[in-house]
Amino acid sequence: MFVAQTLPTVTASWYVSLAALLFAIGAVGLLVRRNPLVMFMCVELMLNAVNLTFVAFARSMGDLGGQALVFFVMVVAAAEVVVGLAIMVALLRRRPDATTADDVAALRG
Amino acid sequence: MEFVVFLIAGAIVVGGAIGVLAFANPVHAALSLVATLFGVAVLFVAQDAQFLAAVQVIVYAGAIVVLFLFVIMLLGVDRSDDLRVEPIVAQRPLALLAGVGVLAASLVAVLSAGGSTATRTVRSTAVAIPTDEPDITSLGRLLFTDHVLAFEITAILLTVAVVGAVVLARRPGRDEPSVEADVEAEA
Repeated sequence: MFVAQTLPTVTASWYVSLAALLFAIGAVGLLVRRNPLVMFMCVELMLNAVNLTFVAFARSMGDLGGQALVFFVMVVAAAEVVVGLAIMVALLRRRPDATTADDVAALRG
Repeated sequence: MEFVVFLIAGAIVVGGAIGVLAFANPVHAALSLVATLFGVAVLFVAQDAQFLAAVQVIVYAGAIVVLFLFVIMLLGVDRSDDLRVEPIVAQRPLALLAGVGVLAASLVAVLSAGGSTATRTVRSTAVAIPTDEPDITSLGRLLFTDHVLAFEITAILLTVAVVGAVVLARRPGRDEPSVEADVEAEA
């Protein structure tokens, strides 16, 4: 009982704030890092942040639809990673020296 | 109790995310990503989303990160980046500014809406989270009734992704012309 009185209650705002922090870190990483694999990982961080907000809102509003949406986001993220990594494999096989995103500027106008 | 769980898992999440951002070696970044994904899974459990936590660990930590590590190690791109060079002038301060801006905007939006009753109103079409049956039962029922069309489309999406990955990543056979040969023939 003593513990319950002293510790603050964790509301949905806390989870959404943490998700905002996670999203911001992912966005900064995507802008700063030049290794395409690490940039992919930062995209995953941002997707996870959004999933966290979905679950937090699903609980605070008592709607299971938020959790269903997280399920679909996970599926799309998996497909995105599979295709993105396949593109990287094909790219690095043709040009083994292209290890940063700046080396792949052939489409630049 | 949830406060303690939130603090520990939140620290793991943020620490892992900063690790992804800061580790020069991509392998270390991938392992740091695992920590973040596990922390998010713990936060899912703390919010009564047990099925999603299991999927998070199996799909993200189990499959996606392993895929990352496979690509890093099979292609031999695991040499560290030189984080001292800054490719574009003032890139990092600008990126940091953009990140802080995103964070500030989100926090203002969250905290200004946090106390209002508008976020508490439940839509009439909302599917209530039942308390008398497991999370996975109701989520499965929802996926196969209301969202069955989206579910089928994700099946098509996964098939397309698998076919695309195989087409992109395989080596062309000896008898068939490669993509490079096609490009050179057209040029």
